[in-house]
Amino acid sequence: MSDTVARAGINWDATWLGRLNKARTSPINQRRWRNFKANRRGYWAMWVFLSLFIVSLFAEFIANDKPLLVTFDGGIYTPVFVAYPEIEFGGDFATEADYRDPFVQELITEKGGTIIWPLIRYSYDTINLDLPVPAPAPPSAENWLGTDDQGRDVVARVIYGFRISVLFGLILTFFSSIVGVTAGAVQGFFGGWTDLLFQRFIEIWTSIPALYLIIIVAAVIEPTFWILLGTLLLFSWVALVGVVRAEFLRGRNLEYVAAARALGLRNGTIMFKHVLPNAMVATLTFLPFILNASITTLTALDFLGFGLPPGSPSLGELLAQGKNNLQAPWLGFTGFFVIAFMLSLLVFVGEAVRDAFDPRKTLE
Amino acid sequence: MSDKTHKLVEVTDLSVVFTQDGQRTQAVDHASFDIAEGETLALVGESGSGKSVTALSLMQLLPYPPASHPSGTILYRGQSVIGADARALMGIRGNEISMIFQEPMTSLNPLHTIERQVGEVLEVHRGMRATAARARVLELLTKVGLQNAEKRLGAYPHELSGGQRQRVMIAMALANEPRLLIADEPTTALDVTVQAQILKLLKSLSREMGMAMLLITHDLGIVRKMADRVCVMQDGQIVETDTTARLFASPAHPYTQHLISSEPGGKPLAARADAPEIISADNLKVWFPIKKGVLKRTVDHVKAVDGVSLRVRRGHTVGVVGESGSGKTTLGLGLLRLIDSDGPIVFMGQHIENDSWSRLRARRADMQIVFQDPYGSLSPRLSVAQIVEEGLLVHGAELSYDARRARVAAALQEVGIDPATMDRYPHEFSGGQRQRIAIARAMVLKPGFVVLDEPTSALDMSVQAQIVDLLRDLQRHHDLAYLFISHDLKVVRALADDVIVMRNGKVVEQGAADQIFDAPQTAYTKALMAAAFELETAPEGVVAS
Repeated sequence: MSDTVARAGINWDATWLGRLNKARTSPINQRRWRNFKANRRGYWAMWVFLSLFIVSLFAEFIANDKPLLVTFDGGIYTPVFVAYPEIEFGGDFATEADYRDPFVQELITEKGGTIIWPLIRYSYDTINLDLPVPAPAPPSAENWLGTDDQGRDVVARVIYGFRISVLFGLILTFFSSIVGVTAGAVQGFFGGWTDLLFQRFIEIWTSIPALYLIIIVAAVIEPTFWILLGTLLLFSWVALVGVVRAEFLRGRNLEYVAAARALGLRNGTIMFKHVLPNAMVATLTFLPFILNASITTLTALDFLGFGLPPGSPSLGELLAQGKNNLQAPWLGFTGFFVIAFMLSLLVFVGEAVRDAFDPRKTLE
Repeated sequence: MSDKTHKLVEVTDLSVVFTQDGQRTQAVDHASFDIAEGETLALVGESGSGKSVTALSLMQLLPYPPASHPSGTILYRGQSVIGADARALMGIRGNEISMIFQEPMTSLNPLHTIERQVGEVLEVHRGMRATAARARVLELLTKVGLQNAEKRLGAYPHELSGGQRQRVMIAMALANEPRLLIADEPTTALDVTVQAQILKLLKSLSREMGMAMLLITHDLGIVRKMADRVCVMQDGQIVETDTTARLFASPAHPYTQHLISSEPGGKPLAARADAPEIISADNLKVWFPIKKGVLKRTVDHVKAVDGVSLRVRRGHTVGVVGESGSGKTTLGLGLLRLIDSDGPIVFMGQHIENDSWSRLRARRADMQIVFQDPYGSLSPRLSVAQIVEEGLLVHGAELSYDARRARVAAALQEVGIDPATMDRYPHEFSGGQRQRIAIARAMVLKPGFVVLDEPTSALDMSVQAQIVDLLRDLQRHHDLAYLFISHDLKVVRALADDVIVMRNGKVVEQGAADQIFDAPQTAYTKALMAAAFELETAPEGVVAS
């Protein structure tokens, strides 16, 4: 492959795919992968976490109040993707069909149609109106982990809540890494006054109590997913600055960096090509823990009621409900176990990543 | 060979194997040798030949596993060391056999005073306490020639020079009057003048105390000076064992012959008399400010380079010699304006001392630098082609990908690296090959002037000679001007037309190479020459201790 690309005039090694290919097969990365796998707990935690995350990405196909597939009158309908009016099935209203309504179900089955439901017939905001007891209802065959105090299915909310927590954590981690690495790189590489002023700024910045500030912001404007993300990003980027700065301070004195400077390369190129790869080791080691911290912060805000908009599926909100409904222990227990399990998995993965990048772990 | 009962150490058929990830690496391959009481045995070989591993296995200090001994016995005074229990080994380690290492800075604990560190040995092995120990520590430090020993007891390692630290290490090793001292490259990290002092000390101590020595070194000069007998190691095997005199007079094994004949040699190419001047500097200064107080006032300067004038002509080599801290490297960096320097620099007819970075960037193609450490100067994450090509991306932006590859291939070919290997990574190459790649990176830009900053110091002796030959060839073909920085006077003699001797940032002596090597004028230069070529110490006061 690399030959054909080279003939086409493209530097195969310079393409990111080429780099990835080389990086994957380089002996040091092979050793890292072996060290990672040697930590059995972390290795399995990674697979469990990845499977749960990928499954939760398809939450709409697992827990939904709309059927996956409906055959009706010779036609095939996919209510998960398309909103069909009730009239379509011979009903009265022009609004979207409520497939949980026995009347609609009857309309469909009457004409020989079939309905294929997802595993759980509730979405995160579906209210079970047929509860035999006042909400919150205890676990039953219909609601496996019971319902919350608004009659919504806890399993469905946990699945959606897990997804939103992890996604939020991942996006926040991604952006705080970019900002943090850039800031650390600039400080470490240029040193001197840049470093001094930036460091003092960070000291002042980190002394602002972030949680209170977010609570104030939440009081003024209603926090959406992205506003929350942006506000948290203002404070979370500093986590990486220290390590990256240290790596750059060290890296700028390496001989191959001096050689690059003697060749007349620009600072930006030197930073990106020669020093950044060294700092990536420290960054990658920190990532799982930053992800953990991001998820915890979101949960804390939701618990306090200053997080995602009301009605959003959220683990923090589940915990808050558990606190408010001590007579319904399934709420508190579910929230606790899901969060504990998710955070533990990430800590285990983080430990394995740390092992993988530990240069002293060569002789094992 | 004398009677068996008198042998201190007998090693028979020793093998050492390291197993990692299922891969077996044979470090020592059926080696046999012995050391008699009071004898100095030298173990010579190039890096990776298994010298240090052999020595470490005498004290069972290797990491077991992954290390293992598939064959062989080690007898210390008739007792087997391999398989001995921990208690027996404790009695031997540090008590009967002591060791000193190459790097005196990292071998001493930076947080403890030297009294405490030497005293600790006495406490552990002899149970000595406070006053008794203090007296003994003082005695030992005086014995190893540490000046003002009494005042130095409370000193921390960073307050001592490299030579002084090595003396403290020796004092620790001698604390229990061992029968055998293993010295693993004891002077490699030291300056030549200090090296001569330490070697002299070791020799007199071993004679005085009747102590046997196992001297591990790659430097044949040291072997000739110090050892009674020599074992030559190659790839884990001992290929030749003989008395020092016989080995140097008539080496039997081809590898020994190769080692002995591989000292850097040859004569510098004399530049043509009318060769144009390529770079010159007058009264060049590099001063680093020392700042104090809240306002960071500059109270003084570290004068790293203090008033050096030099001129280099096309096809001409100026050697800069001096001990560590003399400002040689700073001079090279200041001349290329890689660090701020003061004083006029004329490069190819134009003043560059006030040029901005961006203007200098355009000139960088003509002035290049090769660094000392072939492991540190190549980025481990780029392939050889990417490393060599880097300068072309800046200075030959108009070149197509194929044209660049062709230039890289030509440069690699010229330094003796097969261009077919250009997509490999640096770790797949040996130290000498890496240094060739670093040279190719500079040469691909076709510079006029190259600063060579200790390009041979990190390399084995025979590889040094090859690199010196390569540099000379390149100079002949391209009419290059070199500023050759080195502490190794043998290499400088093989390359330089003119020599500058530096000390503490100042020029001690400057002139034609022949004149400086054959008839040095100042006491310092004389001491440097004696230490470098004869391993002789200088009279008190001329050089640092």
